[in-house]
Amino acid sequence: MNNENMNIDKINSFQKQQNKEEMKKQIITFVLMIAFTVVAFAVVASGLEAIYAVPLILILAVVQVGFQFYYFMHMKDEGHEVPAALIYGGIWVAILVALTMATIIWW
Amino acid sequence: MSIATTQKKGFGAVLWDYLTTVDHKKIGNMYIAAGAFFFLIGGLEALIIRIQLIKPENDFISAGLYNEMITMHGTTMIFFAATPILIGFMNAIMPLQIGARDVAFPFLNSLGFWLFFFGGVLLNLSWIFGGGAPDAGWTSYAPLSLQSPGHGVDFYVMGLQLSGAGTLMGGINFIVTIVTMRAPGMTYMRMPLFTWTTFVTSILILFAFPALTVGLFLLMFDRMFGSAFFDVALGGNAIIWQHLFWIFGHPEVYILILPAFGIFSEIIPAFSKKRLFGYTSMVFATFLIAFLGFMVWAHHMFTVGLGPVANAIFAVATMAIAVPTGIKIFNWLATMWGGSITINSAMLWALAFIPSFTIGGMTGVMLGAASADYQYHDTYFVVAHFHYVIVGGVVFGIFAATHYWYPKMFGRILHEGLGKLSFWLFFIGFHLTFFIQHFLGLMGMPRRYWVFLENQGLDTGNLISTIGAFLMGLGTIVVLINVVYTAVKGKKVSGDPWDARTLEWAIPSPPPEYNFKQLPLVRGLDPLWIEKTEGKGKMTPAEPVVDIHMPNGSIYPFIMTIGFFIASIGFIFQVDNNVWLLAVYFGMALALGTMVVRSLKDDHGYHIHKEDLEREAD
Repeated sequence: MNNENMNIDKINSFQKQQNKEEMKKQIITFVLMIAFTVVAFAVVASGLEAIYAVPLILILAVVQVGFQFYYFMHMKDEGHEVPAALIYGGIWVAILVALTMATIIWW
Repeated sequence: MSIATTQKKGFGAVLWDYLTTVDHKKIGNMYIAAGAFFFLIGGLEALIIRIQLIKPENDFISAGLYNEMITMHGTTMIFFAATPILIGFMNAIMPLQIGARDVAFPFLNSLGFWLFFFGGVLLNLSWIFGGGAPDAGWTSYAPLSLQSPGHGVDFYVMGLQLSGAGTLMGGINFIVTIVTMRAPGMTYMRMPLFTWTTFVTSILILFAFPALTVGLFLLMFDRMFGSAFFDVALGGNAIIWQHLFWIFGHPEVYILILPAFGIFSEIIPAFSKKRLFGYTSMVFATFLIAFLGFMVWAHHMFTVGLGPVANAIFAVATMAIAVPTGIKIFNWLATMWGGSITINSAMLWALAFIPSFTIGGMTGVMLGAASADYQYHDTYFVVAHFHYVIVGGVVFGIFAATHYWYPKMFGRILHEGLGKLSFWLFFIGFHLTFFIQHFLGLMGMPRRYWVFLENQGLDTGNLISTIGAFLMGLGTIVVLINVVYTAVKGKKVSGDPWDARTLEWAIPSPPPEYNFKQLPLVRGLDPLWIEKTEGKGKMTPAEPVVDIHMPNGSIYPFIMTIGFFIASIGFIFQVDNNVWLLAVYFGMALALGTMVVRSLKDDHGYHIHKEDLEREAD
């Protein structure tokens, strides 16, 4: 017990360091996401042709979703393997459905 | 509160207890009881179908009524009998197997049950109020389902929508329970196979049911609000329904069969006195079946005209599923090999399952060959195939589970003699009914036809099939008699009547409401068996006796369901008269209002105190 009490300051400072790092990452991703949104609007405003604009916006969207899940919803942290597997499973099913609809029905 | 369980309660108190319960064991019992009720209704419909087909050009029922019978038989059996009974067993047994005190969301569990139950009630009310039951087949293909007059198909849409929401809640609940609530030491690879299959089944439910929900919404809007998703004349596409239905529908058959696989994977080791052969490969095969199960749905649609490339892809994927299924079959055989086998009712069902299901699997591969399927499509060959897998797999599994877990759930053991009698009646009846249908199909008898003509070689086969169906009916009645007899005179049993291996047998039968007085420490696969072989015979506690936190019962799930039920009826009849919109508004207000109350009111549950627990003798 004594040992733990003695180390508590150390633990606290370690925790503080961690929190600081975490906050830095959060702010960076937040700024990036704002930037991506601005870029997306700018692309539309600039009147870029749809064939370039649509894929560009989609890519920005996918990256944003990644940021959202991994940083804001903590999927990068430990203990999120099962939710991650389930999310990817769901994405897989959704891709299959979209692929079928696109190729078999509407092609 | 727990101490008072022995005292007699009045009927009103019992009813209120079941209406408000959030206990996974009671909810499991209700799922099984309600599922059994719908199983009997579906069975009666099957008998009426078989009476109609007993001789050529029979006119026992009219053509229209026949269509309603086949539709309601299929829909009832899949959605309201097989699925809920299996979910009932998952509810009753799975938390015990992983050493949990309840499921993760007890309130949601109750809501899921009531939604399922009222969905089933709504569907069956169509006989009385719908101007005829739904008659577009259990698959309800557009545009047939759009053309169907009366309100039958509307009842189908709303009934399935209600119960589908309930099933989805159940699936999410089981996933969270298994991920977060395993007892100390219960790693994933120490979970019993029934828990594994519950987990994988729940994932399938989570991914498959949304497709059904979407399909039903589109159908609802086409029928009730004048949209044209499936109306080709207005630019819609009827094939979309088939895709959406089977994207759900094919995983649904694995939702049915995987828990049955799990049940057999519990029963066969228990009565062979051997550890399950190839445990790891069983888990792997379960996942592989689930994974492939999402990539094969178009094998139901080979003759639609998807083109040779799509047909070939789906044919190959379909046949690939035979591989993990074969792994399982051989693992069960190898488990029995060299074991000290006890043959009782539960084991009889498990033994009969293996050859019966294998026949169904083989005809499945035959049907999976896209080019040959043009010959089999929509014949009795298909009917024979899916009854071999669903009756020979799922229903046998349900009966096996009933005999195996009845002592755990009710503290009494089912009568062996009656159990064996019901098995032989049902088993012989089943093969009489469906084996001959393979040949009827190959001879060209189409499915879903009201009559067949005489002197086409179909007369004797159909007569045999009908006789078999009555034997299955008799078998089911004997099971019912057995349950009633056991309730009155059945032998009381200890917590572990089978000398079994898994955690649920380490606690009394029936289990107390908190399941485990102290959470057990799990030291490996088949935890109870490990303790037995090491001479201890009972689980080591992983915690001291402490206060147990329990959720309070709640009537809100029932009220919410009533709200959605009223709204559904309103949706169905507002087509005729706008006044019915009042029912929609009232029902939704009731349901959403109850949700608001539930969200704003804190309910912290209660504690069973340490002193009370210690006073109870073990």
